[in-house]
Amino acid sequence: AEAAELRARLRAVRHTVLVLSGKGGVGKSTFSALLAHGLAADETKQVALLDIDICGPSIPKMMGLEGEQVHQSGSGWSPVYVEENLGVMSVGFLLSSPDDAVIWRGPKKNGLIKQFLRDVDWGEVDYLIVDTPPGTSDEHLSIVQYLSATHIDGAVIVTTPQEVSLQDVRKEINFCRKVKLPIIGVVENMSGFVCPKCKNESQIFPPTTGGAEKMCQNLNVSFLGKVPLDPQIGKSCDRGQSFLAEAPESPATLSYRNIIQRIEEYCEQHHLQEEKIM
Amino acid sequence: TLAERANLAGVQHILLVLSGKGGVGKSTLSTELALALRHAGKRVGILDVDLCGPSIPRMLRVQDSAVHQCDSGWVPVFVGQDKAIALMSIGFLLERPDDAVVWRGPKKNALIKQFVTDVAWGDLDFLIVDTPPGTSDEHISTVEALRPYQMLGAVLVTTPQ
Repeated sequence: AEAAELRARLRAVRHTVLVLSGKGGVGKSTFSALLAHGLAADETKQVALLDIDICGPSIPKMMGLEGEQVHQSGSGWSPVYVEENLGVMSVGFLLSSPDDAVIWRGPKKNGLIKQFLRDVDWGEVDYLIVDTPPGTSDEHLSIVQYLSATHIDGAVIVTTPQEVSLQDVRKEINFCRKVKLPIIGVVENMSGFVCPKCKNESQIFPPTTGGAEKMCQNLNVSFLGKVPLDPQIGKSCDRGQSFLAEAPESPATLSYRNIIQRIEEYCEQHHLQEEKIM
Repeated sequence: TLAERANLAGVQHILLVLSGKGGVGKSTLSTELALALRHAGKRVGILDVDLCGPSIPRMLRVQDSAVHQCDSGWVPVFVGQDKAIALMSIGFLLERPDDAVVWRGPKKNALIKQFVTDVAWGDLDFLIVDTPPGTSDEHISTVEALRPYQMLGAVLVTTPQ
């Protein structure tokens, strides 16, 4: 009955993309936010961003929605809208103060995630993007389990170039395989830094074992692209602005846009194949 | 129990390295802190309770080590230039390094409790406990398990943004 409830609520969601890592601090939330902005640039598309990082919800700040509260209506919880076609939900909106720590064990976190999926009135959605915390634990198991009521197009896995990150990302890839979650591909963030003054490139996080590209070759996973470090990215996130809009000329923006396009193509192709089957 | 207390009884100070945020350098700092304290002549141990992403073994070049048990519990892996830093990490218990530890809270809690009470640390001046990001099962269980002992306190790590 629960599964039926979830299925009903998520019936109007066309595509679902999970943003995962395994490693913390590699840019999952940043990527999720920009993916949402990028997709919502097409005003004909309805985009939803769900932040299930219960201990460290970054999405409200990155989307410029800190301090917003969730409203209840007859049809459920209302997402907070950044644009008419871009709605956001995060545990961050449920906290009375942004410094409140949510110190919950697994079962309570799972309960909230289920509630988000069951009680949020997303309406008709073209893309549901789910931002996750680092790791392979309760939140990840639960979201895959609950979303099996609908279908997940796949996961985008984010990493940085160094082996210490790749080590955790390989585990995440194995997690995806274990739970039969398709992998759309891997994004390598913080991949090089071009000095705005002298234009020289430095590897701030050297890919000592070949970086994400080599790892993808070894594991037969699609490599979606590299995004260079740009201090403007962090600034835009802190200020709740879209980096893509604030720095349209940055090489990082170009990279993000290419990657977003590839994700869109993957989802649309997936959809066509499903329609064919049906 | 007496046996439980015995393994941490010889530890003078327990230091937790926390953040909340991932990827800010907790494991890096834990490693450097341990090496610096050792360099200053202290007896040091590291406990890596990041079950999903154990980074410390690789940072100390012992990612291929295995652990075994003795009468008083798990024997830590000895690392560092003089092999005098005692390290215990879930990383050592994985059959394959790419295996994901996909566990829910209760199973993680059981392992952490075992880690805290079942490792034969011996006499240490400092035990540094490296944690995963967040404020969840691992953190609650680690603090609960360590509460009866000499917890010096927590060092919090962040980045500027």
